[in-house]
Amino acid sequence: MKKNRIGKFVLHRAAKLITLLIALCIVTFALLEASPIDPVTAYVGADTKVSAQQRELIAEHWGLDKPAVERFLAWFSSICQGDWGTSMIYRRPVLEVIGDKFLSSIALMMTAWVLSGIFGFLLGVLSGIYEGSWLDKGIRIYCHLLISTPTFWMGIVFVMLFSVKLGWFPVALSVPIGVIQSEVTFWDKIQHIILPALTLSILSVANICMHTREKVCEVMNSDYVLFAKARGESKGLIAKNHVLRNVSLPAVTLQFLSFSELFGGAVFVEQVFSYPGLGQATVQAGLKGDAPLLMGIVIISLLFVYTGNLLADCLYLLIDPRMREGQA
Amino acid sequence: MKREKHFTALGIREKTILATAVFLAVFILVMTFGIFITEDQLMVDLEQTFIQPGSGHLFGTDWVGRDMLLRTLKGLSISMRIGLLSSLISAAAAALLGILGPVFGGIVDKAVSWLIDFVLAVPHTIIIILISLACGGGLKGIVVGITCTHWTSLTRVIRAEVLQILNAEYTQLSRQFGKSRWYIAREHMFPHIIPQLVVGVVLVFPHAILHEASITFLGFGLPAHEPAIGVILSESMKYLTSGKWWLAFFPGLCLVLISLMVDRIGKNLEKLLDSSSAHN
Repeated sequence: MKKNRIGKFVLHRAAKLITLLIALCIVTFALLEASPIDPVTAYVGADTKVSAQQRELIAEHWGLDKPAVERFLAWFSSICQGDWGTSMIYRRPVLEVIGDKFLSSIALMMTAWVLSGIFGFLLGVLSGIYEGSWLDKGIRIYCHLLISTPTFWMGIVFVMLFSVKLGWFPVALSVPIGVIQSEVTFWDKIQHIILPALTLSILSVANICMHTREKVCEVMNSDYVLFAKARGESKGLIAKNHVLRNVSLPAVTLQFLSFSELFGGAVFVEQVFSYPGLGQATVQAGLKGDAPLLMGIVIISLLFVYTGNLLADCLYLLIDPRMREGQA
Repeated sequence: MKREKHFTALGIREKTILATAVFLAVFILVMTFGIFITEDQLMVDLEQTFIQPGSGHLFGTDWVGRDMLLRTLKGLSISMRIGLLSSLISAAAAALLGILGPVFGGIVDKAVSWLIDFVLAVPHTIIIILISLACGGGLKGIVVGITCTHWTSLTRVIRAEVLQILNAEYTQLSRQFGKSRWYIAREHMFPHIIPQLVVGVVLVFPHAILHEASITFLGFGLPAHEPAIGVILSESMKYLTSGKWWLAFFPGLCLVLISLMVDRIGKNLEKLLDSSSAHN
């Protein structure tokens, strides 16, 4: 019985992922098809002079003279076979570029993710336990401010304050300039990641904090907490015994659901800090009309977000005792 | 006991209305003021480059001597008009899809839900970049892009509301009397969701202007010769390390203030229109 349910869950998720992926491929292809980017110009570069005849040859070589549907099918089948094409700006296979960039992005995103999770959760719990106090009001104002602040501006302000004015952190990039790759120490990398990660994490602190606060308020106003108070439990004990247990699971789930904003935020943070990750590659690919790379990134971003959602669902199934009982 | 009518003795409701009116006035003032700033007032004046913020130029001047306060206001006004347009269109789409889904049910409802999932499956930034590319950038690209990504949350809210009304007795009765689905959608659902729709438009707005500025900052939105906030901020990146902090600081701050203000207007409207949310 239990196995059956899990099998159904997996099957349902897989089917959904496949339909989403296929639809995404079609939409992305159609959008890029509609864009005024000329693939031949994008390939040879705007500065290089090429004769009209050569352009035609390139177009023919790529099958650009064929109808759109035929080209889509050819592209789609090669994607399915694992050949994602060659990036025009990096002149390397798309999968290789994405793999490279994704590694440095993931370091940034995960640092920010953990930071915002811990920080946001703690603030939310504090704010909820002391509901109505000055601390609560302060935290809420802080969160409202964060929600209305664009990430990239936050990044600019941080650079101006911490890097330029105070000189605590390097201004940009993920490694020091003028140092050979092999001589870059772990400490250098850490130093370069702190400020971007901090900027990125600040974005999602507000979200998790406000949701946690709401849940904590709900728990604090419940009958069982009232009973605990009547028994003489201290605030600390109530927080430990009742609040944290009830609130931590929704918070973790929410954090997994925030992968989409995390990815979107990384685009801006990487642009501001010139951090060589996937976000910067997205912007470059878009500006220079590198269609294969852009399509690859779009697909990867969907997989990334989907993984987050899936993990959130699995977590619920695994940890929440109510869900487990429902299964039996 | 004689109760004195005093300004500070206003009730919560009066205070909320007053605050909303003031915010709205500021909003309209900034938006219209920006329209009337002409190119002549933003003339290049190479004798006045990089003046620190002070009495002459409140926000300082940029590298060709243009007053940053005027540029910021002009940029804000453009962003606000784009935001207004996109949030209105998003709300219209949300109303249409949010009502039609549940009322027609079956495959229509499934299609709407799937579409929401689809839009939420890819980060917004990426979708807006793609759509903006497809439209060839500029104003059209940014409006279409923001609209396509911002209708989802409001659609969900409206859909939930409509599902509730669908089970209400008067709708059931109406159907028993043989009224068509269109009639039910138009006469029973739409009037009911107008408050949510109004609040929705206002609350989508801050997201819309922040996204507009962000995407323009990346270089996919408004072209570089437009005085948009995103353009101003992306120009300021060049002077980041040379200590010209006012180029980025004030325009960004104004953007934050506007979006905070509109967010407040939305929350206040919610309180005024829906008394059950007034306690929070």
